[in-house]
Amino acid sequence: MNYGPLVFLTAFVALSASWFGFVLTPQIQIGRLTESTNTLNTAELYPKARPGQAAQGLQVYRANGCAACHTQQTVQEGTSIDVYLLEVGTNAAAVATALVNANVGFTRIDDPGFFLNLPKNILPGTTIEAAKRAFKGAQSAGAKAQIRINPQGPDIARHWGVRGSVAADYLFDQPVMLGSQRVGPDLSNVGARLPDVNWHLLHLYAPQQVVKGSLMPPHRFLFNVSKAGQHPSPDALQVPPEVAPAPGYEVVPKPEALALAAYLVSLNSSTPVFETPMTLASSATSTNSPAK
Amino acid sequence: MNERSSNQSAATAPDEISLSCRGPLVMLFLHAAFWLVAASVLALVASLKFHSPAFLSGCAWLTYGRVHSAAVNAQLYGFAVQAGLGVALWIIAQTGRSPLPHPLGFIIGAAVWNLGVLSGIVAILAGQGTGYENLEFPFYSALLLFLGFLVVGSGALLAIHSRRERSLTPAHWFLIAALFWFPWILSGAYLLLTVWPVRGLMQSMVVWWFGGNLTFVWLSLVGLAALFHFIPQILGRPLHSRQMALFTFWTLLFFGSWTGIPSTAPVPAWIPALSAVMTLLTLVTLLSAWTNLRQTNSGGQPLPGNLAPLRFLLFGLGMFQLAGLMRIVLSLPVLGHITSFTWFAAAQIQLQSFGFFSMVMLGAVYFIFPRLMGTGLSCTKAPLRHFWLAAVGCLLVALPWALGGVAQGLKLADASIPFMVISHSTLSFLRVSSLGEVLILVCNLMFAMNLLMTTTRCASTFFLPAFLAITAQTPKAEVKP
Ligand code: HEC
Repeated sequence: MNYGPLVFLTAFVALSASWFGFVLTPQIQIGRLTESTNTLNTAELYPKARPGQAAQGLQVYRANGCAACHTQQTVQEGTSIDVYLLEVGTNAAAVATALVNANVGFTRIDDPGFFLNLPKNILPGTTIEAAKRAFKGAQSAGAKAQIRINPQGPDIARHWGVRGSVAADYLFDQPVMLGSQRVGPDLSNVGARLPDVNWHLLHLYAPQQVVKGSLMPPHRFLFNVSKAGQHPSPDALQVPPEVAPAPGYEVVPKPEALALAAYLVSLNSSTPVFETPMTLASSATSTNSPAK
Repeated sequence: MNERSSNQSAATAPDEISLSCRGPLVMLFLHAAFWLVAASVLALVASLKFHSPAFLSGCAWLTYGRVHSAAVNAQLYGFAVQAGLGVALWIIAQTGRSPLPHPLGFIIGAAVWNLGVLSGIVAILAGQGTGYENLEFPFYSALLLFLGFLVVGSGALLAIHSRRERSLTPAHWFLIAALFWFPWILSGAYLLLTVWPVRGLMQSMVVWWFGGNLTFVWLSLVGLAALFHFIPQILGRPLHSRQMALFTFWTLLFFGSWTGIPSTAPVPAWIPALSAVMTLLTLVTLLSAWTNLRQTNSGGQPLPGNLAPLRFLLFGLGMFQLAGLMRIVLSLPVLGHITSFTWFAAAQIQLQSFGFFSMVMLGAVYFIFPRLMGTGLSCTKAPLRHFWLAAVGCLLVALPWALGGVAQGLKLADASIPFMVISHSTLSFLRVSSLGEVLILVCNLMFAMNLLMTTTRCASTFFLPAFLAITAQTPKAEVKP
């Protein structure tokens, strides 16, 4: 290659190709999502824009670089399929035979205890085909069964989320801060597991007082320590004595802290969506089981 | 002067070429050295917070999240791109054997660039960062970076255009591509993030696309250009194979530009899968560069006085391989799921941007600076000491992070281990790495002091000719061959 323009052309073609592949094509695929009822089991609109204070809190999260230590993405490593027996119906023997005939690994079921303590997971971690056969067999024998789809993976086992994160979860955030380091826990669903605003305020003020041995730096600049006058501020934080200010003073969260806490509480992407099917354990009536 | 140009100083005496480089390069290198020190101070502050979370936590400007991204951006834009531009100008002027046109233009461009970096770092510390990884500078700072690069870059292209030695060297291919690449990706990213903002996860797609193209493709383009130029020159022998260099170039552009999407990304599965395949394919880029340069190097002796630069360059080459392999590990489905989100990923970035790129740039600057100034360095022994300290420092940061990261990843994958236990088990690794950060800071200070003292020592012999070179109208005959 002895011609500058040829080098230019090579670079141009290479970069445009990657731009088409990784920017334009995904934009067509995921860039045009809108809120919809494209959810499973529920008729709720998803995703929803965050309420005003939480949306401001996102900016506090950005400004202070919380994403340097926290990710916001639950990783799902696949699903496992269980078959739950909900009710036996009138003829337990027929159900037992049907299950054995379904050829899902039961050679014989003669222990009457098998049908006690329902609902019960009778085929944990099975394949979808086996689940369908067992489901049909049980139903034809008058029993009620349910196929449950459970998202899997260490993140889900840690209760950092009930399903993997999907594009829709981030639709209304600007900026989106997925994060790339887990110095602290994943926060994509922190609002679901820690719904108390005061917990978050105190944790921001003095993480080590809330979580023993925490490595999270305190964010006291989000709070004002001011003289408690005649009328103490209604927002004042109840702080443990170890970190309490001098007597007569109170710790009042600045608006930024309140917004940030509101944002943290709003972080919750538990709504089931089609991209990562799952069965809500609580809903015993309707099911999205592929068997139907 | 170097061998090649002193043999055939037919058109221009090398002094004239170096003289035309003096103003712009001293400007770029001194500022780059300043940002390098600033970046290591910021990185050290961030690192010390793992010894005591409350360290400097009272002040919003010094909170971990801000200091951390300020360090990353100072390293990338303050040092890496700036030093890269300086080294590129030198290579272009020397191989083309024609002086840089309009040195004053370069100086203005560099000033605008540094204004961009300064405003960006201040903005991040003030809480005005964008929140996008590697793109934390707000729009106005990015605009200054863009303009500054445009001025310096178009000057560099003019210099290539007006070269007297017409044949292009491999280093030229890499540099021409890099000169276009950076403004394209920077404008592409900022237009889609701030001017016509895309929604939702598309922001992350743009950020990843940019990140891969800057931290892998751009740094590799400039770093490899320096390796392909300086290693043969220091050894006084030609590059082993031009064809193989072409292969490296093509694969870097065509595979490298498709990398950078994390394996865990919550986007449609084809995207991380495609990115993983392309990242795996960059193995051929790594191997071809390695073979080519090892062959060039094997059995060779550096020309006298050039041992330290050669050490830097070869160390950089080794780290290029290591960082590239770690990048492949991070992109693969199973291994990537274990290592991403851990300190292993941080180690990869450290090796790519410091172990590979900065070390190559430092070696190149140590080679260039005495020739630029026409005198020896203020401290001639310093480069070799600097090398050993920097190499140890770099590994002392990266190895504990990498090992600690793997341990952390394996434990994170086992949900029965509580998070706090994992968090504490990484601490000892992080604390060792602080030691490495201290060493790196010391080296960077040595480097900056050396450049500064060399410059001031020959200030009298420096400023006048450089000033004349800057202000003199470049004669027409010299611009147009
Ligand atoms: C230096 C890294 C670091 C930074 C910066 C950081 N955190 Fe943390 N964070 C942690 C660690 C480590 C934990 C786990 C220990 C704990 O709960 O305190 C944690 C825990 C948390 C938790 C509790 C999560 C849970 O599941 O228990 C929340 C909420 C949180 N951080 C929010 C934030 C916010 C908001 C910011 C930005 C203002 C922030 N963090 C900045 C390291 C960090």
